[in-house]
Amino acid sequence: MTRTTPAAAPAGLHLPRYLREDPAARTPVGFAGYRSTAVRAPLRTPVDLPHRLTEVTGPLLGEDRVRPEDADLTRRAGGEAVGQRIVVHGRVLDSDGRPVPHTLVEIWQANAAGRYRHVVDTWPAPLDPHFDGLGRVVTDAEGRYEFLTVKPGAYPWRNHDNAWRPAHIHFSLFGRAFTQRLVTQMYFPDDPLFFQDPIYNAIPEAARPAAVSRFDHSRTVDHWALAFEWDVVLRGADQTPFETEDDGDVA
Amino acid sequence: MSRLPLTPSATVGPYLAIGLTWEDGEFVVPEDTEGAIWIRGTVFDGNGDVVPDALVETWQADPEGRFDHPDDPRGAVAHPGFRGFGRAQTVPDGEFALCTLKPGRVPDGEGGLQAPHVDVSVFARGLLDRVVTRVYFADEAEANAADAVLQGLPEDRRATLLATPTDDGYRFDVRLQGDRETVFFAV
Repeated sequence: MTRTTPAAAPAGLHLPRYLREDPAARTPVGFAGYRSTAVRAPLRTPVDLPHRLTEVTGPLLGEDRVRPEDADLTRRAGGEAVGQRIVVHGRVLDSDGRPVPHTLVEIWQANAAGRYRHVVDTWPAPLDPHFDGLGRVVTDAEGRYEFLTVKPGAYPWRNHDNAWRPAHIHFSLFGRAFTQRLVTQMYFPDDPLFFQDPIYNAIPEAARPAAVSRFDHSRTVDHWALAFEWDVVLRGADQTPFETEDDGDVA
Repeated sequence: MSRLPLTPSATVGPYLAIGLTWEDGEFVVPEDTEGAIWIRGTVFDGNGDVVPDALVETWQADPEGRFDHPDDPRGAVAHPGFRGFGRAQTVPDGEFALCTLKPGRVPDGEGGLQAPHVDVSVFARGLLDRVVTRVYFADEAEANAADAVLQGLPEDRRATLLATPTDDGYRFDVRLQGDRETVFFAV
């Protein structure tokens, strides 16, 4: 459609747009089996927001947020963390397979005994003085990231009778646009606790494999560490020029 | 071209403070920046109780309506120290606070201007995905009346997006459920 271009919106305001995710393939914001969603997950249908400047830009956070030692969670407070050492590595990609370079990856996790270093976590498993559970890296030019950590333990919670969370590592990613922001959890292959975990089972079945890492023998370190590979896929850009689609209707 | 399946989201859970705490998170600009304002608010659940373990993130233009990002084709922001991004946790009383500059109007890509706004993500235990909303400013009536997103909402729902002036900036409460449930957006 033809539109005039006022001074405030210069000609050539051709912006990348990001694919909208099929709601059937997304984790729903609320899930009946996950008890605390009941009073927290919004009940109204969200309104479609057109992708405009605010949505196709986003914070580009990089090296100034990260120190080299933040990639190694096994050496904190002057000593070695207890547990099975693991390399966790992979790539951050968009759904077109393009790497997302120089983007901040933040992780946090329980220690090998399944205990978080957090005031709210009080179950009787030991804290580890040499493990704080926080990691940060920036992806390289090919979108690769890598952490050395210990395998987190499973832990109980009060969601249902004898409920246990499968072992997982929390991941936070930005990509390069507000639309790409993702916070998620990486699981380990064949975890026997999957069947009873509502946070895992809230993920649509077809999307669950994308939440589970792969044992990676090729990246194990002899007499040092096992290895797991996990790629994170953010939404890809839609190349359709901005002005040619009627996306202004938010009703 | 075949697309890779997207990584599904998951809740930040109750221990998000371990991984997502930044000492300077609430400062979109340094506090002594000329024109700095505080956006403060409380997150409420469906029972009307405060949510004491949420994370609120914001992304916005500078006062000239420009973004600190190469995909803004109009050039760099003109405010040194302006990060555009804020991250604040709700402390035990449920309130978050962000120190920022009031954004300017931003082109809508269709020849018009959007009203000043801040994009907001809320993360919390009990939310399996982030929820997204926008802060608009109650004292921008003229700009708000011309904003396509705001005007596309039913009138009684628009008010949930309007931050109200305070002594040092604005108040913007988020209601996850209820009669006054905040308008949330699918992006």
